[in-house]
Amino acid sequence: MRHLALVFVNLRRHKLRALIGVAGIGFGVAAMLTILSIVNGAIGMFERILAVDSHYLVFERNVSDLFFSSVPDRDVAALRALPNVESAEPLLFGLVTSGDRPIITCFGLEPTNPRLTKAKWLAGRPEEFGQVPGAVWLGARAAEFLEARAGGRLQIGRGEFTVAGIFATENGFEDGGVFLPLRAAQEFFSREGVSSIVAIKLRDEARGAEFRQAVTAAHPGLMALENREFNRSYTQFKILHFTAWAVGLCAFLLGGLGVANTMLLSVFSRIREIAVLRVCGFSRGQVAGLIFGEAAVIAAAGVAVGFALGYAALFALEHAPIFHGYVQAVVKPLMLGGIVATALVTAVLGAIYPAQFASRIQPAEALRYE
Amino acid sequence: MNDLPAPAALVRGRHLRKTYDAGRIRVLDDVSLDVRAGEMVALWGASGSGKSTLLHLLGGLDVADAGELTVCGCDPRDEADRLQLRRRHLGFVFQLHNLIPDLTVAENLRVPALAAGLAADLTAARVRELAEAVGIGHRLGHRIQDISGGERQRTAICRALMNSPPLLLADEPTGSLDEDTGDTVFALLRHLVHERGIAVVLATHERRFAEQCDRRLRVRHGRIEDA
Repeated sequence: MRHLALVFVNLRRHKLRALIGVAGIGFGVAAMLTILSIVNGAIGMFERILAVDSHYLVFERNVSDLFFSSVPDRDVAALRALPNVESAEPLLFGLVTSGDRPIITCFGLEPTNPRLTKAKWLAGRPEEFGQVPGAVWLGARAAEFLEARAGGRLQIGRGEFTVAGIFATENGFEDGGVFLPLRAAQEFFSREGVSSIVAIKLRDEARGAEFRQAVTAAHPGLMALENREFNRSYTQFKILHFTAWAVGLCAFLLGGLGVANTMLLSVFSRIREIAVLRVCGFSRGQVAGLIFGEAAVIAAAGVAVGFALGYAALFALEHAPIFHGYVQAVVKPLMLGGIVATALVTAVLGAIYPAQFASRIQPAEALRYE
Repeated sequence: MNDLPAPAALVRGRHLRKTYDAGRIRVLDDVSLDVRAGEMVALWGASGSGKSTLLHLLGGLDVADAGELTVCGCDPRDEADRLQLRRRHLGFVFQLHNLIPDLTVAENLRVPALAAGLAADLTAARVRELAEAVGIGHRLGHRIQDISGGERQRTAICRALMNSPPLLLADEPTGSLDEDTGDTVFALLRHLVHERGIAVVLATHERRFAEQCDRRLRVRHGRIEDA
């Protein structure tokens, strides 16, 4: 393996070329890290909206998006009546406009919803939620970008509301959202008598299967999924994940082509030199090993550079005022492993043809004609 | 791979033929030769007579179309044998030094040792010993482009001897040097191989070098005529 020392010697000799390869992989790594972390963060925030202090989510069967799900109030009451159910919290999702903000998420919920008591109240009190007619409550970021304050008036859609309270949550979506009591939200969105989802907390989580069977038997139009199960199977999450990986892989593809180009240049400019190595006793495998070694070193350096760039980009995005706290990057160890593996595989794939070409150089011909 | 044969016949070639361009160009035709251990044999002839091609066959850089050839007990037609031949049994010196630019003299000398997997301490000692022997000990840390033509060719000779081969193949090793430097390099080569008992096959078009060899084979139109 000592011959691999030549890998570093060659990279040192062609610094600019090596740097171009490193940059190609580095940008791929940075792009993938940034995109995946943001998507993971966004999904995480949405998961936490759905599953605050609950074990199961109940929603309408066969809907493409939870915004279109309708769970009738009578079914919510029936769910609450099930013996193992400790609490059932309905939640209605909607989108509203206000001022120059075309899309703001609106949450319709009951005063007993645990997210109200878990929030940090900046103005107003949780006990007042739902008690003030014609009032709206705002997440802290929403209050900021809508320039609203407690006691002031706020135009939402065609209605005007009094801001009765402002509270901060750790969830970027909630923090940038508008909250209405469930009945007011149903009326506002003309969806009287329905909710989007119901978050269920069981007394005995171990008897979850029994709960699920009871829901299926009594409410064939509804579906009950464990939170973890929901996160794995929700189509929107799958699409987000797939898109993130697809975009990241495209970035890597470009990086891989960069490595292939770098390695090809490296081989073509060293044909005579490779012939000399063969004359000096290097086997085809050793020559190929040199090329793969160079690609691996480029990939390793690219990963380091890419992680540095990616983390810097995430920091900038998380703290950019324009995103109002919606960007909450979540970096998972498995994801980092996947990115490293993808970078190495990309570099190795990019080096296959150059390595093959180099290992097939015939010393006699190369020395005769070069 | 076979074991190294008795020193009496390091090279044994019979009726070797080599053609190019689908047989239209016959470069070697019915060439037979023997090279014994420790002897210095000149392949003497004009440019294009087939000397380099014959050296390439002996060194396993190319394969004969017909004939039988054994070099240091290896069959150069076999890929694994060719590799061992180049790693263990022979060294090459070319007209152009064919050293790796940007590397230092010492780094160039280490290349054959890296290929053969020689231990680092042995390699370092061998590099020093050979460099001192040819008078470039003070140049070990210099890059190839920073040394003279004569020093480059001495470096190339050292590199060929790194793995202590019993056979050295030298293709016009003085061809790119001026007369004085060429004489010096040739004298050094002759001294080294005699001192170490290494056999040499030297391709040259210069009669004065051919005449100083133990044996001279005249190569003309791809055939060997004993001179």
